Amino acid sequence: MHGPPATRNGEAPWEELVTAALLGTARRPPATAAGREAPLALLDAAAVATVRRRAGLRPGPAARRPEPAPEDPRPALPAAAARRLASLLADRSGAAGGGRRSGSPDLMELLPQWLAAACAHGYAPPAQALPALLDAARGRTDLRPAALAFAGPRALWLARLNPDWRFALRAAPGGGVAPPDAADGAAVLRLWQEGLFAERVALLGALRAGTPAVARELLEGTWSTERAEDRLMFLDSLRAGLSAEDEPFLERALGDRSRNVRATAAELLSSLPGSALAGRMAGRAAACVAVDRTAASPTLVVEAPHECDPGMERDGVAATPPTGRGERSWWLAQLVEAAPLGVWPGRLGGRAPEQIVALPVADGWQGELHAAWCRAAVRQRDAEWSRVLLGSPSAPEAGGPGAVSLAERARLLTALDAGERAEWVAGFIATHGLSEAFQLLGVCAVPWAAPLGRAVVDALDIARDAGSYPWSFSGVMGLAERCLDPAEATRLDGLLAIPDEREDASPGAGGYWAEAFQRLVTTLRLRAAMAGELAPDGAPGPSGV
Amino acid sequence: MTEQGVRRTAEEVLALAPDAASRKAGSRLGAAGPWSGTGSGEGTVWGLCEGSGSRPYRTVVDLAGTAGPGYKCSCPSRRSPCKHALGLLLLWADGEGSVPVAAGPPDWAGQWLAGRRERAEHRRAGGGATASGSADSEAARRRAERRAERVTAGAAELEQRLADLLRDGLAAAEQPGYGLWEETAARMVDAQAPGLASRVRELGAIPASGSGWPARLLEESALLHLLDQGWLRRDGLPDALAATIRSRIGLPAAPEGPPLRDRWLVLAQYDTSDVRLTTRRTWLRGAESGLTRLLLSYGAAGRAPELSLPVGLALDADLCVLPGAGQVRAVLGEQYGPPAPAAPRPPGGTTSEAAARYGEALGADPWLDSVPVTLDRVVPAQDTDAGGAWQLADAEADSALPLTEAFRSGPGLWRLIALSGGAPVRVFGECGHRGFTPLTAWPEGPGDAVTLC
Repeated sequence: MHGPPATRNGEAPWEELVTAALLGTARRPPATAAGREAPLALLDAAAVATVRRRAGLRPGPAARRPEPAPEDPRPALPAAAARRLASLLADRSGAAGGGRRSGSPDLMELLPQWLAAACAHGYAPPAQALPALLDAARGRTDLRPAALAFAGPRALWLARLNPDWRFALRAAPGGGVAPPDAADGAAVLRLWQEGLFAERVALLGALRAGTPAVARELLEGTWSTERAEDRLMFLDSLRAGLSAEDEPFLERALGDRSRNVRATAAELLSSLPGSALAGRMAGRAAACVAVDRTAASPTLVVEAPHECDPGMERDGVAATPPTGRGERSWWLAQLVEAAPLGVWPGRLGGRAPEQIVALPVADGWQGELHAAWCRAAVRQRDAEWSRVLLGSPSAPEAGGPGAVSLAERARLLTALDAGERAEWVAGFIATHGLSEAFQLLGVCAVPWAAPLGRAVVDALDIARDAGSYPWSFSGVMGLAERCLDPAEATRLDGLLAIPDEREDASPGAGGYWAEAFQRLVTTLRLRAAMAGELAPDGAPGPSGV
Repeated sequence: MTEQGVRRTAEEVLALAPDAASRKAGSRLGAAGPWSGTGSGEGTVWGLCEGSGSRPYRTVVDLAGTAGPGYKCSCPSRRSPCKHALGLLLLWADGEGSVPVAAGPPDWAGQWLAGRRERAEHRRAGGGATASGSADSEAARRRAERRAERVTAGAAELEQRLADLLRDGLAAAEQPGYGLWEETAARMVDAQAPGLASRVRELGAIPASGSGWPARLLEESALLHLLDQGWLRRDGLPDALAATIRSRIGLPAAPEGPPLRDRWLVLAQYDTSDVRLTTRRTWLRGAESGLTRLLLSYGAAGRAPELSLPVGLALDADLCVLPGAGQVRAVLGEQYGPPAPAAPRPPGGTTSEAAARYGEALGADPWLDSVPVTLDRVVPAQDTDAGGAWQLADAEADSALPLTEAFRSGPGLWRLIALSGGAPVRVFGECGHRGFTPLTAWPEGPGDAVTLC
């Protein structure tokens, strides 16, 4: 604010009063001390000056107003949902101390699915909630994509004004500026040639979604002048919308100076079953595996490659194995992984995948071969091979360290559709219990399908009856709170009572289990309420909560 | 009275919490888990909460009474409201049917509620009829005289202290540190002049407040000197100014004049606290009178002040203003019903009018730090010349008020900027010599009040 312009006649200017006060009237007596003690006269004058200055304060000139924020066309959040958002965000600070053992829901853990549901409904957040939303996204990178999508255009406008929220601009395509329309060739070319690295990656990603060929041509144009680490990132963005049209370019990239670029190009080509590289790999892999008809029953025999020739190396096979691994099995694994799975029925006597996997393998090669097929099934997203490699969920070896590890099973599951995935995991839990199930549950669609949810609840019930403590299952319990269908809550009512303590049970376990189930039910009810608030007219909104 | 009228939102409930720890603990209890036997009706809520003890805690909350909200819980916590009361209210606020509407409270809750209502009734009936025998008033007069003598002695001592300060120079004030000021403040407490004591304490903090402190110290010393002088010469002053000085010194005053009944819209409510005391300020605006009034309520450390009026509600009640020139402080008289949601927004003016309003108010009360004003059509803008500090600029004129430093460093700033989105907003706040402190804002289009404090 601006003070009154000048001092009235006969009064000492304010600066003089301050100087006199700072030095003390003993050292610098004021000029007008008529009849009063010098310090008091100074205070008198200062009081008059202070009140006069304050009373004369006027607004200063206005600074440049910020550009108006872009319109958010989405409908406003229903009032109850807006209050819920405020309470979810307010709990952020308290989340750390919440702890597994307390009887009430961990609100912070529910924020991700609340955001996903709100996005799916297409609501806009209340403007005043944006700072808390951005702060939450700043603290948790896993929240960022959903939080920023929900936060919408005004949040990017806001992030440009506050350095704390820069991350939002980095995360948004084009640094918060909409990328040019793909049809505007000149603008695209200019951004590609002059943009920052992040802007160029974003541009490539955006183009790849709609017009993959345009993106590839753009990249080809400047390919030879890009730095090696940039080439790697750009090449990686071709993963989206990959098609046979990309093959010639990828073939050329196999001759790249950088080993990482070569390996990525080879990996992309191998996931195109019709590519020349896939064909070459198929030939090499097929030469290594055959059916031995001389044996009493058909058996697979494996003859691993004796050398890694330059052609193999060019096609992305790494010549040097990691320490502790034999060269030949290492090369074999890479060949089988990169070969299209479609080659095997023809090579192995017209057998279906199921029969192939069931064949015995000679000389202890089974583990190596099946593991490579697993990786191939995941890379090529082949549901049939995934299904046969997973095997029956109730098979005894499915629970233990068999040919296929749990991590590989989890990856194979992602190639199946959601319903089949849930069935398989439900069957696994019914046979093997929960102790190994955490990783598998993590790949199942949320909310869990009814059979899966029931299997988890039953397994928890069995674990309780077996007399263990609930915190041995805290991981699964936490997942269940977030992923179980809220409609299952009623089925849990019978588990809430504290059972009579049996002699073989752990002391007090019954009470702890009742508490844990109580918390589960409370969380499910809360999620049902949250979903209801987002669809206030009773319309069943997109699932997710 | 409808159930809707008293049901609070989760934020409103959390605003009742005495401190952050209670807020957190209360949020955890705001779920159906530990609760049983819950019920509500006519603005009261009750329930049993499973705690660490063998018997569940009995929790009752009364929000509808005319004496502000009341809490009763059998837990040993000394906080009020305790976490159980907060949790119960949150559960109720959720509106998920966890707290059903019941015909009447159970006995254990009913007894307390009936007792509370009766006491409130009794207070109202007996309020005006305190025995005013001449012996009592004579004793009160003598007590007041003795206190005035003490204050006079304190004011004289403070004048001496200020004179010493100015004689030796403010530069010396940096050295002795806080201790000396604390001692002087304690002397003012002894002299029964709490207003002087708190000003002295603030004086002690100025030398550590960054560049420009000598000018600020001189300003505040001069105003303290002015207050001392006002007290010492109060007999020669107009009555209104003398009353202002008495209230600034911290002497008790009784409300004056007839009570003013109006629909008082709650514009803002915020707490400030020091080690001893939580002070809650509630700004009200009369729908018919157009007057802006301030209610103060206090809570000892760890207890929320009794009065809680969430922003956006309106209250049909009497207010009695305290004596003094330009006085906005009032005390709540009779309430004619529970607070109800209300839509109206206060009318606003320009930044120039706001600054002029403060200047005029200083004429009646030179110790005033700020006045309540509503700005209409202002835009938060960043002043790159002033180191990027934010200001509120008129949408139509080339003038702007700087935002106070305290506001700029708080979370309210970004809520205000987000709400505005570069468009004009209406803002209620306090305008003074340190700048403008926004408290509540309204978007240009339809939308509820957004609290910023």
